[in-house]
Amino acid sequence: MTIEVPILARVEGEGALHLTVNRGVVERADLRIYEPPRFFEAFLRGRGFEEPIDLTARICGICPVAYQMSATHALERACGAEIPESIRQLRRLLYCGEWIESHTLHIGFLHAPDFLGYPSGIAIAKDHPDLIRSILSLKQTGNEIMTVLGGRSVNPVNVRVGGFYRLPDADQLERLATTLDAVRPQAIDLVEWAATFDFPDYEREYVFVSLRHSHDYPFSEGRIVSSAGLDIDVRDYETVIDEFQVSHSTAKHARLHGAGDGELFVGPLARYALNHDRLPIPIRELAAKVGLPQVVRNPFKSILVRGIETVYAIDEAIRILGSYTAPERPAVEVSARPSTGWAATEAPRGTLYHRYRIDDDGLIAEANIIPPTAQNQPAIEADLRTVATENLGLARDDLVALCEQTIRNYDPCISCATHFLKVDIHESDGRRPLSDFAID
Amino acid sequence: MHQRPTLAVWKFASCDGCQLTILNCETELLAIADRVDIRWFPEATSTMIPGPVDVSFVEGSVTTDHDVERIHEIRSQSGLLITIGACATGGGVQALRNGVDTGDVIKTVYADPHYISTLDTSTPIASHVPVDIELQGCPIDKGQLLETIAALLSGRPPRLPQSSVCLECKAAAQTCVMVAGATPCLGPLTMAGCGALCPVVGRGCYGCFGPMENPNPAPLVSRFEQLGMSHGQRTRFLRSVCDLAGQPSPTTGSAHE
Repeated sequence: MTIEVPILARVEGEGALHLTVNRGVVERADLRIYEPPRFFEAFLRGRGFEEPIDLTARICGICPVAYQMSATHALERACGAEIPESIRQLRRLLYCGEWIESHTLHIGFLHAPDFLGYPSGIAIAKDHPDLIRSILSLKQTGNEIMTVLGGRSVNPVNVRVGGFYRLPDADQLERLATTLDAVRPQAIDLVEWAATFDFPDYEREYVFVSLRHSHDYPFSEGRIVSSAGLDIDVRDYETVIDEFQVSHSTAKHARLHGAGDGELFVGPLARYALNHDRLPIPIRELAAKVGLPQVVRNPFKSILVRGIETVYAIDEAIRILGSYTAPERPAVEVSARPSTGWAATEAPRGTLYHRYRIDDDGLIAEANIIPPTAQNQPAIEADLRTVATENLGLARDDLVALCEQTIRNYDPCISCATHFLKVDIHESDGRRPLSDFAID
Repeated sequence: MHQRPTLAVWKFASCDGCQLTILNCETELLAIADRVDIRWFPEATSTMIPGPVDVSFVEGSVTTDHDVERIHEIRSQSGLLITIGACATGGGVQALRNGVDTGDVIKTVYADPHYISTLDTSTPIASHVPVDIELQGCPIDKGQLLETIAALLSGRPPRLPQSSVCLECKAAAQTCVMVAGATPCLGPLTMAGCGALCPVVGRGCYGCFGPMENPNPAPLVSRFEQLGMSHGQRTRFLRSVCDLAGQPSPTTGSAHE
């Protein structure tokens, strides 16, 4: 018995959801990703050591900065480069731009429609034009930061191993600061607006994993920590995590070694839970004001945490711009050497790990990339099993909508790992599904 | 064309960056949404109305048997078919695996290769069906996209660049990075449209807008040789995000305009 819902919208990538129901329990929820594989790790072999920065940016149009930052940090570690603080600050500013752009896109255009019962952000705009305009101006601000620092917002051209090709002009940075000051109140309004949504009553004990830095909320540096007590150097990440294939997906899954099923959770909820004390006080106060505890275990509330991180990114960008002193040179000289380097950075949707081995000729001999969505897939499937089982009594359309919303909680970057989602619901014991389901 | 033309946006093998460029038309997005009837754009809306449309935008390249069938179906349902981006117009960065044994490639990435089904090549949409308008770029340029939509709405052909990036450098009063700085640059072969982004930041163009019409790589390649680039460096430079080496891809011959 099959129920098909043709396509999941408002996620990135192509896939399907297959639910197997047995006596009122959802036994399996397979997120079937059939996004055609693009084989980056294969064709990176034999390329010049600086090339992963521009090539891996093309893995995901929504988070190219994350790819560029993970690549450049890994390559710099391999080559033994020391990056000056002023360049580090500019990279944080660039990353702020991507968080603001990606988070506001997800909040306004991908996730909010679920809570409000609209098909799209554009449809919301018909009833609430000022609200969507405000979200668009925030998103535009994120794009402007990436354009000033990176040359353009999708696939920036200005990032290189060692720093940047060109430093931004002082007047460009001044204009950015003015824009950021102007949109900050809109970001706070956005969080307060999202706090009025009706959130499904759902929590789970996740193993949160993210970077943790000695004093900053993490973008590109720190150790990898978890809510289960993991605390390791990034170089050891592959010793604690396994990537494995499942027959129903072209995207690999990942799990942690050790206790339980190894399911882990990366992304805003994990960063927030593990780095709450690294957030400036005004951001913590805003979180408390909208009712967020220090650890949020309801994934539907990830929209609120994305909002909190958006305000953080705006404040961090304002802080960086306020204390900016231009580096002496846009980049430090970096020469290739035969070595291996690794790095993890915090893409808007979670931890993104890269490792490269450089050979004697300065070429990439081996590349390994573990994207956030691979790490989150087992948790997404576990959420789907629980949410669907608890809500099997719903009408078919409502159940499917709730399943889709459950997936969107993770802001899955399915080009890194899907685009459309077809929902099949099967009865494993051959019985007819619950009568509420429409059958074709 | 109707008062509000119907529009669909399709995805093949790609990174979503060109679809994101549509959503990045922040100040124009709501105005566009008023002037067109979006029937199919899963990235942005869960309203999905199947059936024929006036205009289809297609992102991504063809890499599976299923996608070959799908692009023919989309062509038959579309009035105008417009390809957006380097994947759809040239095969994209994933075409770097063309010419390499696919079995080996799959084994590099996946431990259980038998789960993976793919063609040996990544090919542009025009290798499979006639295409009416191509917007090049990785990603496409927002200005070209808006010009194309404006042209469609007023029933005229879009004004798209035909020249190389060199002309954009001249227009921007940008000193040539190759002449003045001996920095290898693909600008002479690359379709204009980005606004000479890379030379403006002081690096050579790496060809992400794909080839201009009738590029002539040979003289530029000898210049690269004079600049001290090895054979391997030249080959990698010319075949990166886009293929500027002038080698027709294996199935390009079947394109029919």
